[in-house]
Amino acid sequence: MSAKTVIILGALSGIAEATARVHAARGDRLVLVARHPERLAVLQTDLVARGASRCETIVLDLASEPAPDRRLAEMIGQAGGNLDVAYVFYGVLGDQHADERDLAAARSAMQVNFLSAAVWCLAVANVIESQNSGVLIAISSVAGDRGRQSNYIYGAAKAGLTTLVEGIAHRLAKGKARALAIRMGFVDTPMTAHVEKKGALWSKPDGIAQKLVALADRPRGVKPYLPWIWRPIMSIIRFVPPAIFHRTKL
Amino acid sequence: MTGYWTRLDYNSWGRTISVPHEVASPRFPDEIAGLLSDNSGHTTLPVGLRRSYGDSNLNPNERLIDMTGLDRLIEFDRSTGILRCEAGISLHQLNQILVPSGWFMPTTPGTRFVTLGGAIANDVHGKNHHSAGSIGCAVRALTLARSDGTLQPIRSGDPLFLATLGGMGLTGVIVDAEIQLSRIGSAWLENERIAFSSVGDFFKLAHESTAFEHTVAWIDCAAQGPKLGRGVFQRANWCNDGEYAAPKKGAEPSLPLDFPQWALNRHSIRVFNNFYNWMQTRGSAVRREHYQPFFYPLDSLRNWNRMYGAAGFYQYQCVIPTEAAKEAVTRLLQTISASGQGSFLAVLKTLGGKSSGGMLSFPMEGATMALDFANRGAKTLHLMAQLDVIVAQADGRLYPAKDGRMPARMFRAGYPLWREFATFKDPKIQSSFWERVSKS
Ligand SMILES: Cc1cc2nc3c(=O)[nH]c(=O)nc-3n(C[C@H](O)[C@H](O)[C@H](O)COP(=O)(O)OP(=O)(O)OC[C@H]3O[C@@H](n4cnc5c(N)ncnc54)[C@H](O)[C@@H]3O)c2cc1C
Repeated sequence: MSAKTVIILGALSGIAEATARVHAARGDRLVLVARHPERLAVLQTDLVARGASRCETIVLDLASEPAPDRRLAEMIGQAGGNLDVAYVFYGVLGDQHADERDLAAARSAMQVNFLSAAVWCLAVANVIESQNSGVLIAISSVAGDRGRQSNYIYGAAKAGLTTLVEGIAHRLAKGKARALAIRMGFVDTPMTAHVEKKGALWSKPDGIAQKLVALADRPRGVKPYLPWIWRPIMSIIRFVPPAIFHRTKL
Repeated sequence: MTGYWTRLDYNSWGRTISVPHEVASPRFPDEIAGLLSDNSGHTTLPVGLRRSYGDSNLNPNERLIDMTGLDRLIEFDRSTGILRCEAGISLHQLNQILVPSGWFMPTTPGTRFVTLGGAIANDVHGKNHHSAGSIGCAVRALTLARSDGTLQPIRSGDPLFLATLGGMGLTGVIVDAEIQLSRIGSAWLENERIAFSSVGDFFKLAHESTAFEHTVAWIDCAAQGPKLGRGVFQRANWCNDGEYAAPKKGAEPSLPLDFPQWALNRHSIRVFNNFYNWMQTRGSAVRREHYQPFFYPLDSLRNWNRMYGAAGFYQYQCVIPTEAAKEAVTRLLQTISASGQGSFLAVLKTLGGKSSGGMLSFPMEGATMALDFANRGAKTLHLMAQLDVIVAQADGRLYPAKDGRMPARMFRAGYPLWREFATFKDPKIQSSFWERVSKS
């Protein structure tokens, strides 16, 4: 397989880094985008040492970028040509409880998780549609499948993102470009480090990263679950009638 | 998002102690300073993959900094073999990167699921100790974060460097390290196995085998009377065939001597006996072995430590100076076989004179022996106290990485530099082990 050009929006998350390593190990060209310059530099040296044939870093606040389409074109130019894979990884978990009272915080969480991510997805869609090749992979969440008291602000934004990417997939279906919204279950990363005593449903980011890259290579489905075990779990959770659901603490 | 969060699942490898910790999981070097120097009044302790057996990597009801998220390469010069990387990277990851380019760790412990920082903090030794010394001998520099807010580069030879090699995390957090790797001409080794029938024969073989880069022996702890001290000696060198590929899956089955105690039922003991007898009549057997099963026989069984059940287990590892080694090893074996406790096999190896200078480093010239004991409470502790007497009389010492019980006086007698070391200890870092052995 020849080297691919891979753009990672929100490159500093645990899963994003694990995914970048899978690409690096096979010599792909990487463009890492995130806010923190020193941390990006730390990733860059590592990924080059692990085999990335190129690794560019771009310091950018993705959530408040006014012109994503222009910035994306620059990134692709910097990477040297065609866009093969774009991952939209970034997001904030937020604090459901606090955000119910602090509406400014709720607004900014939704701004990051839905509005800004959606606009970047649209920008990527335009590029891969006109190339008639390339894959958009947006990281969504099982939290978007049903509103639950413990995380519905986050969940609602992810539901929006899933629907948006589903629409992009529909739009691209006649050509060769593809779009996927990954409905991710719990992954053991720093974003979730505070959740006590991990159960059997927690996945290690390395395993998830391998699967993401496999999907980027051979896109299948429109909004797959990762890991797969969440498909049966969520189909049960979705079908529990409200009268029963409302009695749970989920 | 980096802060301390309560976790119940942070145990050491022996699992005899189960306590809550507040754990932080940083991923970037810039997060360490804040985790070390907050003014909460709590103590903290850096930990790696928690492969130390006892309580040197525990800080009950206090804090831990899990360093495994700092696992990046910083510089790898493939022509000189000088590698700088973050301290939380595992030897497993490093091997995958290094071996295909013809380099290997200067030395490696018996499991690859340890972090570089953890390996340095215990100044670990491997099967090549008699030729290469401990890992500290190949460490060129470290970056150490301390609770006073400093992030210092320290070079080989500095007093703080010598306190940090084998310093069990107590001098500060090792953020990154620079090491000199060794060249390998293959991912494979030529391994010769030879049966021996007594402790004396073991030492003779070890003496004759100093030209081999790697040596180690398994000794039968259940044998009594005339069979006492029998075992299998292994000596190996790297091949030089430029073959860096991994073996095909499911290649060769392991021998029972590669298994921990719980796996050794009467059946596998019989297999061992047959193997031993067969080896004795044949003289020796040479085979080509991939580095993974050679160095890490236990790693193919993930979480084998859980098989000891909820009570957990102890490991006992001592080193005895050369002059007293033969007699002390014999007495240790007699005591263990008479007790009926202890694993069926112990690891026995001679250590060389090359020292890293680490103030609390375990290795010294002589012989080291290690074996497991299922935790059966007072009975087990009593047996280990009997072994302590033999070790102390022979001027030997115990390995803190394996220990969860040695009395303070045993530690102090074995590590006379401990008071000097204590002057380098970071006041905000603490472990159960240190609390136990340093209190007067
Ligand atoms: C099957 C098995 C075989 C083994 N074989 C050998 C062997 O042959 N030779 C040998 O020498 N040892 C051996 N060991 C022991 C093992 O090598 C050591 O316990 C090693 O230190 C474990 O590394 P870790 O990353 O798991 O560290 P932990 O067990 O998590 O921590 C070990 C110590 O290092 C400190 N530490 C960890 N990370 C840092 C850091 N970044 N900065 C500062 N301090 C830090 C901790 O505070 C603690 O004191 C073996 C262990 C097992 C389970």
